[in-house]
Amino acid sequence: MSETETASFPPFNGYVTVSKDASIGMITLRGALNSKGLGLAVGKSLPKERCILDAKDMQVAWMSPDELMVLCPKENVANLEADFQKSLGSQHALVSDVSDARAVFTLKGTNVREVVAKLAPVDMAPGHFGTGEMRRTRFGQIAAAFWMTADDEVKIICFRSVAQYMYQQLCVCAARGSELDLWT
Amino acid sequence: MLIFECPYCGIHADETELSPGGEAHLKRFGPGASDEDFEGYLFMRENPKGVHFERWRHSNGCGKWFHAARCTMTLEVFGTYKAQTFEPPQEIKDKITAKRPGWSWRTFS
Ligand SMILES: [Zn+2]
Repeated sequence: MSETETASFPPFNGYVTVSKDASIGMITLRGALNSKGLGLAVGKSLPKERCILDAKDMQVAWMSPDELMVLCPKENVANLEADFQKSLGSQHALVSDVSDARAVFTLKGTNVREVVAKLAPVDMAPGHFGTGEMRRTRFGQIAAAFWMTADDEVKIICFRSVAQYMYQQLCVCAARGSELDLWT
Repeated sequence: MLIFECPYCGIHADETELSPGGEAHLKRFGPGASDEDFEGYLFMRENPKGVHFERWRHSNGCGKWFHAARCTMTLEVFGTYKAQTFEPPQEIKDKITAKRPGWSWRTFS
């Protein structure tokens, strides 16, 4: 299984590099998004609207007014999930391990903004989007979410069932010769 | 290209990030309703030239349903508002009145 996966997503060296990350842990949390609700699970680290923040051993992303996504090393999922359940107690909330549902890609290079802008209806101009923000949108014809870990690195997540489509369109848009040099 | 501000996540989303959900503020008539009411609920829709109220979903985004008030002729957007309401908020109605005095739509004006 893992062999076929690696085979379908070879690292691509365009003017921006495209690579598929090893599978990571993802936990969906749904419920009241405040300190008495989901805040109990993730502690002080409740992200602001449309933001992603680094907490201890995990990242917490704002997905909607009642939804968070926790990203963590895969081996921590079971423990975290149990912790979240425990701290939420009998509250009306959802804690679900969705690690296998999505694929993660990394774009790296000085022109990452441009490659994202080719595929998503998001203003990627410097100053309009930056690190710390989490953006749910579409890439081409599929739903996706992305954030910048640095000014030259973007992480993109999409459903695993459409990972091949994502990989191929990212490679096309990152191909050498297709530079637009919008912001460089 | 229509651009709506999603009242749930604040994104100014263009049409390609949204899914249309048809006319807004429909009252559901289900089991036990008269044939006439049921037919009206299922099939009877406004088709105005001008002020119109619609439901949209931020499907390639936060996933929430919301309402939009816009003009079908000029594509001008008067505003968007949350789904948890039976009628447009006064603030939206005022905005429409400022631009289209005398407007009416179904029972709203
Ligand atoms: Zn939204």
